[in-house]
Amino acid sequence: MSPPSRRPWSLARRRLLLTVPALAAARVLPARAAVDETIPGVRELTEYLAGRTPRFGRLALDLPRLADNGNAVPLKLTLRGPFTAGAELRSIRLYSEKNPVPLMARFDFPVPPARAEIDSRVRLAGTQRVTAIAELANGELLAAVADVAVTISACLDGS
Amino acid sequence: MAFARIQVAPGVKRGDAVEVRISIRHPMETGFRVDDGGRTIARNTIKEFVCRYGAVEVLRASLGSGIAANPYLRFYITAVESGELVFEWIDDAGERGDTKAPIVVAA
Repeated sequence: MSPPSRRPWSLARRRLLLTVPALAAARVLPARAAVDETIPGVRELTEYLAGRTPRFGRLALDLPRLADNGNAVPLKLTLRGPFTAGAELRSIRLYSEKNPVPLMARFDFPVPPARAEIDSRVRLAGTQRVTAIAELANGELLAAVADVAVTISACLDGS
Repeated sequence: MAFARIQVAPGVKRGDAVEVRISIRHPMETGFRVDDGGRTIARNTIKEFVCRYGAVEVLRASLGSGIAANPYLRFYITAVESGELVFEWIDDAGERGDTKAPIVVAA
């Protein structure tokens, strides 16, 4: 048994040890936990949207939170159904916030795909928010955003 | 230059979702790099990519400089009947590439 004089100090220290990481986490977590669905104000993207407001939720954009190499970042797009007649998936566009060419890719589905899913690898010039916009046959727009921290940026050093 | 690797999921039945994976060998030049002489290397990306299943066009893509070198795509098509998947693409330099892959569908 430890001497009583030392116990309060030891408890306080323990509490401190528990609190510090919690505080550190608290500074980071709210930004992640709060669903920030702001579409970056990229000119090309704004032009494409032309005042239309895409809906969030059905389209999922999976990107790593941290990409070591911006030259090839795996990306996965998934659109959840149901796909009612007249509301089939027509196209998905991918926009970058920081790349010199904002429109990274456009995928068109002349016939409804068996699964509204597409994978690729993208180049990212720095830490940024990637936006995906899916367009349905009825003109409805669906959006998804993903924030990626990029350690080694693509296409900046000109090498 | 026109070289690609394709994988079409085997053992599919009519109506199934068939996974198709393709990786095309292409530098996907961004147009922002310079060569040893300091001259800008012209932008060269696969501006048009088409995948046909029989006579039906199933996917069309336009890949910009935001797509990594040796572009990789994975997508799903609906199995209808045995046949051929034809992939065709053209880059900014006007170079065309094409490749085919058989698809075997069990009744």
